[in-house]
Amino acid sequence: MNTLAPTLGTSIDFYVILASILFVIGAFGVLIRRNMIVLLMCIELMLNAVNLLLVAFSTYYGKGDAQIFVFFIIVVAAAEAAIGLSILIMAYRNNKATDAGLFKNLNG
Amino acid sequence: MTVDKLILILLALPLIGALVNGTIGKKLSNALVGGMATAVMIGSFCCALLIFNQTNDTKIIHLFTLLKLDGFFINASLQLDALSIWMTLIVTGVGTLIHVFSIGYMSHDKGFYKFFTYLNLFIFSMLLLILGSNYFVLFFGWEGVGICSYLLIGFHYSDAEKGIANSVAARKAFIMNRIGDAGLLIGLFLMLAQFNTLEFTGIADKVALNPDLVNTSIIGITICLFIAATGKSAQIPLFTWLPDAMAGPTPVSALIHAATMVTAGIYLVVRSNFLFELAPLTKDIILGIGFATSLVAAFIAMRQNDIKKVLAYSTVSQLGLMFVALGMGAYTAAIFHVTTHAFFKALLFLGSGSVIHAMSDEQDIRLMGGLAKKLPTTHLTFLIGTLAIAGIPLLSGFYSKDEILGHALAQSPLLYGTLMISVALTGAYMFRLYFLVFQGKFRGGAHLAAHVHESKAVMTVPLIILAICSVFGGLLNLPGIFLKNGTQWLHHFLNSHTAGLAKVEMHHADKNTTLLLMTVASVLSFGLLIWAYLTYVKKNKTALPDEEIKGWQLLSNAKLYIDETYNFLFVKPIEFLSKAFYNVVEIKVLNRGVFGITDVFGKFGSLIRYWQTGLLSSYLFWMVIGLIGLISYYIIKI
Amino acid sequence: MSIELLTIIIGGLTIGSALMVVISKHPIRSVLFLVVTFFFISSLYILMNAQFLAIVNIIVYAGAIMVLFLFVLMLLNLNKESEPKTPKLALFSSVLASGVLLLVLIAAFKDSIHLTNVNLPAEKNMGLVKNLGRLLFEKYIVPFEVSSILFIAAMVGAILLAKREKPIID
Repeated sequence: MNTLAPTLGTSIDFYVILASILFVIGAFGVLIRRNMIVLLMCIELMLNAVNLLLVAFSTYYGKGDAQIFVFFIIVVAAAEAAIGLSILIMAYRNNKATDAGLFKNLNG
Repeated sequence: MTVDKLILILLALPLIGALVNGTIGKKLSNALVGGMATAVMIGSFCCALLIFNQTNDTKIIHLFTLLKLDGFFINASLQLDALSIWMTLIVTGVGTLIHVFSIGYMSHDKGFYKFFTYLNLFIFSMLLLILGSNYFVLFFGWEGVGICSYLLIGFHYSDAEKGIANSVAARKAFIMNRIGDAGLLIGLFLMLAQFNTLEFTGIADKVALNPDLVNTSIIGITICLFIAATGKSAQIPLFTWLPDAMAGPTPVSALIHAATMVTAGIYLVVRSNFLFELAPLTKDIILGIGFATSLVAAFIAMRQNDIKKVLAYSTVSQLGLMFVALGMGAYTAAIFHVTTHAFFKALLFLGSGSVIHAMSDEQDIRLMGGLAKKLPTTHLTFLIGTLAIAGIPLLSGFYSKDEILGHALAQSPLLYGTLMISVALTGAYMFRLYFLVFQGKFRGGAHLAAHVHESKAVMTVPLIILAICSVFGGLLNLPGIFLKNGTQWLHHFLNSHTAGLAKVEMHHADKNTTLLLMTVASVLSFGLLIWAYLTYVKKNKTALPDEEIKGWQLLSNAKLYIDETYNFLFVKPIEFLSKAFYNVVEIKVLNRGVFGITDVFGKFGSLIRYWQTGLLSSYLFWMVIGLIGLISYYIIKI
Repeated sequence: MSIELLTIIIGGLTIGSALMVVISKHPIRSVLFLVVTFFFISSLYILMNAQFLAIVNIIVYAGAIMVLFLFVLMLLNLNKESEPKTPKLALFSSVLASGVLLLVLIAAFKDSIHLTNVNLPAEKNMGLVKNLGRLLFEKYIVPFEVSSILFIAAMVGAILLAKREKPIID
């Protein structure tokens, strides 16, 4: 089925605004939530917003390079999630809680 | 060997001695250090004798150029004429004898090598001063002797009971010398402005071309030079450092403050005779100050009870007499008196050093007495020195003083009369000193009496040599009545080869006046001798202890309260000013300013510290804010 | 209905579920809502004919990463509702900052797209596996291989970090 929506369904502006809103929601979540897991998830949300924008532009211009870039973003996000969660586990072992407000040893 | 090489060897030897002793002297034995220092002195003296033999006329030896500008240059060059050779002979000759004496006197001192380093350094500076051919090299040597004087006066600065007093005395000497040095510098600048050169021969030639040159610049130059001479040669008002300088070891007092450094001022005036001849006003000032100093110092010496202080004030008084001679234009008479004074004053100081050594470092003459039998050589040489300074006929001091008195009589009988008062006072206090120290009964108690012993040969041989010089030194410049030819040798010698002196018209007294003067002087000095003998030996009058002194004796003993006056007028205001500056300017203004700036930075830093919370959420928040700022910047820019 | 309407509706649903991710009190619910968000985003990819990426998104992101998150949540028993209350100041300033960021981003992108001239013949089948695969293995082969090293590093790091310290046996 190769002829399903060959071009963008809407103008590119729609995707720009959609990606921006998703990004800002992710940023808001990062600022607001204090549970470390949810924090990491909001970061993934931001990454996905960027992915969306990249794919939209790839379809708009008809070049595939942006989609390769998205591919690699997913790769890196997977690796980062793995490492982040293992750090989280270590922190949980030390502090017995995963509140983001507990890690203030590096203050000045 | 040519004169050029000889003079370089002469200058280099004391410097080498100072350097070697200064760097490795600590590890060498006392004999080696003292031997090396004395050997360089003997070497310099031999060089001086050889140069003296070969001196025919003024010779200038150019070493190197210090500063070369358009039409103006300063050279490091030496001048060899009669005056500088004569002074070199005195400095190296007396200096050698004092070095020999110091080997014995300072043998128990831990800083033996330091002492000889400083002594050699001093001789080097003094030779630079005398041998320089322009005022710049003279100034270099001037400063050098000032430094060495400071180092040597404060030599025992870490002494337990007198250490602080020694360093205070050294500081006082240095500061008073500095006031004179300021005068010398200003004089140098004025000379540069007027003559555009600093060479002695250069200025003499320019003055000879223009004999009627008189303006305020010349008067300014001469007054500045005289201020420098006042500082170095201890005249009023800058003379109070010399008695305090007796805090240094006795050989230092003998060398620096009797024979050599204090004559630097006299040398400066004699060197600049052509300038002083153009400024009769300055010569009058010199005459007045020299005359006042001579009287005041002699008065103070009458009732001093420290053996070295009496000799110090005596030095000041004799220097005043030399300045009187300079003020009258009798330059060669002044140099003659410098020579004889070097002999007998060094002899007296070294003799007093021998006495102090025998008395276990006790210097109060009220505790001495009857030392004649126990210290025979010291006693004999000290007696010769006393007779010489008091003007007993046929000794050297008699001739030199008589020449000055002769010139004074020719100038004005009033001057002659008042100078005779000073001469009388000289005889009085010197005989007082001699009789109280060497005759009568010993007043120091049994404990001190047990230690009294004659000094070693290394200390008594210089005394003997100086005594011989004191006796026969008068032959240098005999007045014209004794022999038909060959008299006034020093006078002719100096006049023939020194720039400017030949043009000074001297008054040669006729035969009768000279004979009359000599008779009066002889009668006076013998009379004083008999009076002193009667008072201090027959009537057994001794010096009073401190509490019982009254009247004019109190004034004399308390040095006319001049030190206290200076303290009140100058020292206290400066101390007050410096405290005020410290409290107000330093603490309030400068500290607040400088530390205020650092405090601002510190407070700024501690303000910023509140930003580093360590909380993740606040960091992320600021990241978002930064991102906003960045993007909006690019929006606005584009 | 037209494709356009469909994309707008799915876009709205995406925003809604993203908001629920951020707002939910239970961490489990946040995870589940995030999975739903991923599904919506993948459907947007399909609407744009980026087939490969849609599938990869589902498999890797929603399938592996989110399952990983769930595992950690379950194992560490972090399912507590209670979370320290954020102070009002933080809340207010976060809302403000996020709002301003949104405004700035939109302002930045607003006119940018119309400045470029697009006259390229749009290739319609760019998102197919075959074309993407050719692009990946011809032009971007080096980053592909380097990413394998990245994975090894991440694996080693994760194992090392989470390893329990062996107690010292006296």
